Amino acid sequence: MKSFTYEKAQSPAEAAAAAARIPDARFIAGGTNLLDLMKLEVETPAHLIDVNGLALDRLEPLPDGGLRVGALVRNTDLAADARVRRDYPVLARALLAGASGQLRNKATTAGNLLQRTRCPYFYDTNQPCNKRVPGSGCSALEGFSRPLALIGVSRTCIASHPSDMAVAMRLLDAGVETVKADGSRRVIPIADFHRLPGDTPQHESALAPGELVTAVSLPPPLGGKHYYRKVRDRASYAFALVSVAAVVQPDGSGRVALGGVAPRPWRLESAEAALPLGARAVTEQLLAGATPTQQNAFKIPLVQRTLSAVLAEAKG
Amino acid sequence: MEASNLKLSRRELLVMSAASATMMAMPAVAAAQSASAGRARPPVNAPVALRVNGHLHELELDTRSSLLDVLRERLQLGGTKKGCDHGQCGACTVLVNGRRINSCLTLAVMHQGDEITTIEGLGTPQRLHPLQAAFVRHDGYQCGYCTPGQICSAVGMLAEIEAGVPSHVSADLEARPLLSAAEIRERMSGNLCRCGAYANIVDAITDVAEGKA
Ligand SMILES: Cc1cc2nc3c(=O)[nH]c(=O)nc-3n(C[C@H](O)[C@H](O)[C@H](O)COP(=O)(O)OP(=O)(O)OC[C@H]3O[C@@H](n4cnc5c(N)ncnc54)[C@H](O)[C@@H]3O)c2cc1C
Ligand code: SF4
Ligand code: FES
Ligand code: FES
Repeated sequence: MKSFTYEKAQSPAEAAAAAARIPDARFIAGGTNLLDLMKLEVETPAHLIDVNGLALDRLEPLPDGGLRVGALVRNTDLAADARVRRDYPVLARALLAGASGQLRNKATTAGNLLQRTRCPYFYDTNQPCNKRVPGSGCSALEGFSRPLALIGVSRTCIASHPSDMAVAMRLLDAGVETVKADGSRRVIPIADFHRLPGDTPQHESALAPGELVTAVSLPPPLGGKHYYRKVRDRASYAFALVSVAAVVQPDGSGRVALGGVAPRPWRLESAEAALPLGARAVTEQLLAGATPTQQNAFKIPLVQRTLSAVLAEAKG
Repeated sequence: MEASNLKLSRRELLVMSAASATMMAMPAVAAAQSASAGRARPPVNAPVALRVNGHLHELELDTRSSLLDVLRERLQLGGTKKGCDHGQCGACTVLVNGRRINSCLTLAVMHQGDEITTIEGLGTPQRLHPLQAAFVRHDGYQCGYCTPGQICSAVGMLAEIEAGVPSHVSADLEARPLLSAAEIRERMSGNLCRCGAYANIVDAITDVAEGKA
């Protein structure tokens, strides 16, 4: 690991200003992704800003009936909150399907959204990777691409976004609240938060340099039946091959978002109109234009079957 | 067709694990890609007061030190084990303010003021913690390498059930979690045992959870 200086942030605005001012500075929250990558020298920050002392670990009801989730609320606490279990079960289910008990006790809301891809070549500093070293090439295109993305990708990068929680947040249309280096605040719709790779796969989010996530706000509850179905290589403690988050209303309408198939949680509102027609129709629209590799083409029928299982359960 | 898919991914997996073994052995290769390459950065030290098993330790630490390395190498608390050093095995599990975490994926400098409990703080050979006694009684180990992590994890896990935290296998998210074998297995999935003592580990934990110990 490269050496670094370390500070505890005093306020969100100061943290954002320091992150923009100090070269190679990064925020550290739970550290479960950043430290993993620093040990491998995939990430080499020169300065760490510890945001754990900022009072961003609260859950508070919003006037419109929604819920504001502080950026530092731990994944365990979010999944265990009575309001989340009752009103946003798809979110609780997605959180509980991810990582392990120990990791969820540390992992934070913001860190989870901003966790980086599990593409094996991104982790291996001996291999070309456009995300890690822009312009060096993409080892996955001709290599081991089984876990990677098949839609929203480019010739530069086919990395998939690994978060389960983010898929549920996208389904719920959450808003990402931030403070920028100049102290101004804004809300980024989750649909615009994660960027597609294009020619710059190193830029993964809409955040400006130094911009700190302070909270994620959930709109008022949707009602309906909530599902998060995750398919993986073992029954627990593994990343998704594909996952389906869904809310289904009594009249058969609803929402669907996918994990494991794209560089960001994948949702197309237009495809949801096809829900009454069944899983095949929805999958065809959601994944129209997909460019799978030989190794990950299996994800297309897997999405359809997983969605089909969810819709059958919703009917039953 | 499915079989050939499997074969392919298995071969690729072998290639991958060879690649990551190289990577572990030569992290210096990564230096070439550092954004601030060119100037070597000197180590940075910081003062930290760590409270471990009730004792306060005033230390001067390299900011890079993981909590795990400080426990083992500075405080000579070798009960906590290093398996993977990447959050994947659970051998390094300790309790911080009563919650189980992986001590390999956290920096010691981030734990000023926290109450840290390791296996040494749970019980002693003369006065075993109920879970330690149950692991002995049920043969919940073979080599024992994963055991301190399993026991610290189980202590944290039972507290989570007590607090009503649901799990991936809880059928009803809003009901009180059950103390079933399925629940214990899922909740302990962050602790791998290379000797495969899982069946006895679940029995040992079940005993304590049901108050038989
Ligand atoms: C073995 C293992 C298995 C896992 N399995 C799963 C899984 O199945 N599903 C899943 O979804 N995840 C999984 N994870 C990933 C885990 O969920 C993430 O590591 C975790 O959510 C990251 O949160 P953190 O708070 O620890 O982030 P950190 O490591 O602290 O930070 C991650 C990134 O976010 C940035 N950041 C943190 N906070 C802020 C903020 N407030 N504003 C702006 N930027 C910020 C940091 O600078 C860093 O770049 C797994 C991890 C491991 C190690
Ligand atoms: S898919 Fe993206 S992250 Fe993986 S090797 Fe290619 S450029 Fe790197
Ligand atoms: S050593 Fe920490 S999880 Fe393996
Ligand atoms: S007893 Fe040997 S690893 Fe678990």
